[in-house]
Amino acid sequence: MSVVNLKASEVQVRELRLGSITGFSGKASELVGCARSGKLGERGRKFTQCLGCSTSNAACTVILIQDGAVISHGPVGCSGCFHEFAFTYLVNGVHRGVKEPTQRRIFSTNLNERDMVYGGSQKLAETIREVYARTKAKAIFIVTTCSSGIIGDDVAGVADEAEEEIGVPVVPIFCEGFRSKIWTSGFDAGYHGIARKLIKPAVTKQPDMVNIVNFWGADIFTELLGRMGLRPNYLTPYSTVEQIAHSSEAIATVQVCATLGSYLGAALEQDFGVPEIKVSAPYGIPQTERWFRELGRMTGKEAEAETLLAEERERYLPRIEELRERLKGKKAHVTAGASHGHALIAVLRELGLEVRGASIFHHDPLYDNGEVSADALQNTVQDYGDLPRYKVCNKQEYELVNVLNRERPDILLARHGGMTLWGGKLGIPTLLIGDEHFGMGYKGLVNYGERILDVIENDEFVKNLAKHAINPYTDWWLEQSPDAFLKDE
Amino acid sequence: MSTVIEQERYTCAIGAMQSVVAIPHALPILHSGPGCGTMVAGFFERSSGYAGGGTAPCTNFSESEVVFGGEEKLRSVIESSYKVLKSDLQVVLTGCTADLVGDDTARIVREFRESGRPIVFAETAGFKSSNYVSHSTVVNAIVDQFVGDADPSLAKDEKLVNVFASIPYQDPFWKGNLSELKRLLEGIGLKANILFGLESGGVAEWKTIPRAGFNIIVSPWYGLPIVEHLKEKYGQSYFRFPYIPIGGNETTRFLREVAAFANLDKAVVEAFIEREEEAFYMEIQSLATFLLEFRYGLPSWTQILHDSSYVLGMSKFLLHEVGIVPKELFITDGVPEEYQAEIRSILDATSDKKKFPLSFQPDAGAAQEVIRKTEHSGRGLLIGSGWEKALAKEKGLDFLSAASPSPFRLVLTTGYLGYRGGLRLIEDIYDRVLGTYA
Repeated sequence: MSVVNLKASEVQVRELRLGSITGFSGKASELVGCARSGKLGERGRKFTQCLGCSTSNAACTVILIQDGAVISHGPVGCSGCFHEFAFTYLVNGVHRGVKEPTQRRIFSTNLNERDMVYGGSQKLAETIREVYARTKAKAIFIVTTCSSGIIGDDVAGVADEAEEEIGVPVVPIFCEGFRSKIWTSGFDAGYHGIARKLIKPAVTKQPDMVNIVNFWGADIFTELLGRMGLRPNYLTPYSTVEQIAHSSEAIATVQVCATLGSYLGAALEQDFGVPEIKVSAPYGIPQTERWFRELGRMTGKEAEAETLLAEERERYLPRIEELRERLKGKKAHVTAGASHGHALIAVLRELGLEVRGASIFHHDPLYDNGEVSADALQNTVQDYGDLPRYKVCNKQEYELVNVLNRERPDILLARHGGMTLWGGKLGIPTLLIGDEHFGMGYKGLVNYGERILDVIENDEFVKNLAKHAINPYTDWWLEQSPDAFLKDE
Repeated sequence: MSTVIEQERYTCAIGAMQSVVAIPHALPILHSGPGCGTMVAGFFERSSGYAGGGTAPCTNFSESEVVFGGEEKLRSVIESSYKVLKSDLQVVLTGCTADLVGDDTARIVREFRESGRPIVFAETAGFKSSNYVSHSTVVNAIVDQFVGDADPSLAKDEKLVNVFASIPYQDPFWKGNLSELKRLLEGIGLKANILFGLESGGVAEWKTIPRAGFNIIVSPWYGLPIVEHLKEKYGQSYFRFPYIPIGGNETTRFLREVAAFANLDKAVVEAFIEREEEAFYMEIQSLATFLLEFRYGLPSWTQILHDSSYVLGMSKFLLHEVGIVPKELFITDGVPEEYQAEIRSILDATSDKKKFPLSFQPDAGAAQEVIRKTEHSGRGLLIGSGWEKALAKEKGLDFLSAASPSPFRLVLTTGYLGYRGGLRLIEDIYDRVLGTYA
């Protein structure tokens, strides 16, 4: 278990805190075994392509907070992709009860060469004042960058001074891209800042409120939890600063993706006394059953959980059976971040598909809560058997292209932007679902099963694309082992 | 002084990796932090081209490279790039991390070049400049390290010109604009190297840069270091047109000025202009009935947030050829002070009857605040980036997304430059306007 220390301004990156890695190739059971025996070693690469950055993952935990403002402390390019979160906020509000979503307030201190020499702290202080004057935000978040980190600006000091001056929380988030190879460290950095500065100790408890750490998936929990006499408190997209402050009053915290919410769950438990659920998220039948039962146990709603599960079984099992029949023997490949990748593997195998291989971005041997029962990969292996070809690929496109070219599955399931193109170029029906709630529970199996059938059936577009695709990869590379550039431990 | 930018409309120096992506079969290699390539791809969206986005090799600086330097990692990534990816030209671009820790990237790249590889190095740390500036850095690096010295045994081809105009991807219409420029210049008897996009001849075309008789630049300020450099290096003079020519008046002016500069055959030039103008004004004449008679409301004025080239080009075009009057104008590309007076005077010359309120404002959030407080009678049109969509809704304005970033609009090969671009701009504006009815 990692110890959450909210007195420190920064949280350690995942490599150091959890022993997470970005390179592995072998059986899934070996990876789980190594993790259990403490023998998980990192394998670097001699060739690498562009990765993601902690700063954008940190930004994604704060930009969608309704009444906040975000400052990127760095050159203007370090917030280049943030407008995508502004887009998400506008278009997904309707699925989350925010009927009139407002413009996101996103700023850059726009550091230049002179600042590299003389420091950017002064500019940051002035920017915070300007941002507050312009936005009257309820909280101002500062995400750091490689430049601000290397030149050593005192971001925490500036933030504290500004907070005193303007009277709203000014939250420094330390997420320099170079600090971690695992850009999900940015989630942890964002939540660390939120837990330090926004969450307040509970005065009263709200025994029907359950914290749900998620992205911007459609609100399915109001209905599901409602049937158990509970209600969701979504963290942190579409929440308000006030709502986050009261998240300590919840009776439990659940994760839809432990890769995302690991640290916030642990912080809420260790520092604010909100217990975190310690079984994997409800994808596939065994995990769905375990998850709802555990939630029932934690909230004193055992009977309600049983009723809900029975209703769901009755309603969806017949259709799931039909889908299994039609999907039997189909082969799939999964590429995704760690925990949601494990979820997709469970969904596919529950539906009777054979998962030929998986290209998962990184691996956390355990999450921050340190519980073996929460290890989604282990649960998937135990529930459905081993996966012979499991790669931790660090989102390296060249490895994925190589693997897909060999495996030629009937379908590629991807979770992240940029990973679907090669399914299409190779003529493989490819499916990316943005909504992380889409595959949850019994209904999620029906959702996915129907979409998979639809995508496999309607392959005209990818078949045509494959005929005309331009391939920058060499024949030499496609003939090598996909692990050719993976270094030894 | 605070230099805060809200809602950025351009990105940092390493954004010029897109200028490499725009050269057919060229490969950007990033010696940078892990997120730089993804940030650039996220800013521009749908911009991966041949080998940009997640395909581009990158050293992905980690803590150990920050402490010990990343030169060995760079060497390994370059070596492997040759094994894994096919490319005709490689451009190594540095990010903040590589430049701050002081890696000698130039030396490593030189080693590969000296072993016969077509590889180039450009210093593009984000803190150095915007991508508007570093586009020139990258082009000049390719000229110096790949194109090389002029072959003295080959005479200049007086009819061949190198054209520098739209910055790939930063200008969402770069493909269409460059293609129209090529068509127009060929129409008046020149041959044009447009250098970017599939209508260029790729790296083989770059190799012919020294043979051009002269250069053309269409820009208020960015790109000038390129033509200045070519002047010095190859003795090529350049003709400059300081904004994007859109529609009949300005395209004809552009072509006549080029023709005068290059001493082209007047008969050929005028014959081409006549044909083009006829096609253009025939459409405008048919359109005039609609513009004058449509009784349900059309925009009569516009506010524009765009870069300097578009603000000038669109203002001139919309006022004179469409009858939409420019109101508040915001130039968002961070124009260096020394060019601002000229831009202002070009705008002032747009009309001898009225002046237009112009601000140089890279902090587009501040520009939006100004617009939010304006009141004009009649129906208005807001032209800007995707950021303006919500503002247009709030203010009840018609909205055309025409600047980066552009999350609400897909642009493939559309262009706004030239006679054809002018017609397309009209189509796009009234498509949005008519789309609001019923």
